[in-house]
Amino acid sequence: MFGTGLVVFRETLEAALFVGIIAATTRGVMNRTRWLSFGVAAGAFGSVLMASAMGQMSSWANGIGQDIVTACILSISLCMLSWHCIWVSPNSHQMIQDAKQIGTSTAQGNQTLWALAIAVALSVLREGAETVLFVAGLMTGSSESQGLLISSVAIGLAMGAFAGWLIYKGLGQVKPQRLFAVSYILILMLAGSLASQLAKTANQADWISLFGEHAWDISSLLPNDSAIGMVLHGVLGFDASPTQLQVLFYLGTTVLIWTAAKRMKLLISQRRIDRLSNTS
Amino acid sequence: MRQQASKSVVSSMVGTFLITTFMAIQPAYAADLELSMVIKKHLFEPSVLKVPANQRIKLTVQNLDTTPEEFESHALSREKVIPGGAKAVIYFGPLKPGRYEFMGEFNPTTAKGVVIAE
Repeated sequence: MFGTGLVVFRETLEAALFVGIIAATTRGVMNRTRWLSFGVAAGAFGSVLMASAMGQMSSWANGIGQDIVTACILSISLCMLSWHCIWVSPNSHQMIQDAKQIGTSTAQGNQTLWALAIAVALSVLREGAETVLFVAGLMTGSSESQGLLISSVAIGLAMGAFAGWLIYKGLGQVKPQRLFAVSYILILMLAGSLASQLAKTANQADWISLFGEHAWDISSLLPNDSAIGMVLHGVLGFDASPTQLQVLFYLGTTVLIWTAAKRMKLLISQRRIDRLSNTS
Repeated sequence: MRQQASKSVVSSMVGTFLITTFMAIQPAYAADLELSMVIKKHLFEPSVLKVPANQRIKLTVQNLDTTPEEFESHALSREKVIPGGAKAVIYFGPLKPGRYEFMGEFNPTTAKGVVIAE
């Protein structure tokens, strides 16, 4: 029984941390709760559908169907986070600056959240489908009583949600004036984490077999399945023994997004100066 | 200047997303060694897989149980769910000589195995 709850907890932890971080980074944004709740609900609903299709999915493309689906989910999610970092974040930063100048103060402004809501939905979908599959398997093939099973699943889910809530509260300690910068870095690292997982999937499905060796291995110091390892994985994309390809993807993605966002910021302030000099 | 900047923004974005596509073009290893394994009553069979070192391996896992299992190995950097009654293919390697443990995450107490590369 304890084992069942633990598996559910481990499966839900990553998505819970993802949701907690996104919720914390969008504190004070208009309609934030509505957007993110919609994302979680859509992801949960999708999980049930995906779990029921998983049996067929795995046999697609000679046994790598699941990797194709995972890669699609990761890529779309990565696009959404990149879009947020490169377009939404610099623009709303400017809006906040403008608002400050005319005397209205707003912590995070009125930025659009559809991209983050989609990323949240996909994160819940990816982890949720596995959880649903696991629980459905237990329902049919376990000797444990249904009541015991349901309660241990509920405990696992609650523990995962609690971890998400903890990180949300923890990030709530960040001062409002620093929240913008901190949020940007956190989302950038989530993007890196997705890219690293994409690299892993690409090697597993044999699309990229280059750089498959471990870049380093600190499993003996900090194993992936230790509590700290799991939390760091959810927040930073930590892996005790990443392949070289994973490291390349992680760094490549974060550096590209960082550079593009920086240029976008420049572009926006340039436009603003142009506009001001035109009107005066 | 503005156009140039927006161009570079667009190109970096495209670059971020298309990395996989570009890299997928490179050819796969010529001769993969094919192995197969089944999952029966929450156990891997065989649970010890001896493979030659420095070679790409194509492992087909057939789940004969009605319940799903997740093949997971930190040592091999692999993680894949295999639904009940389904079959999945997992590629790994080339490996350096050594022991690489794996387990079934949904039944971690029973489902254990190891890849030995030599």
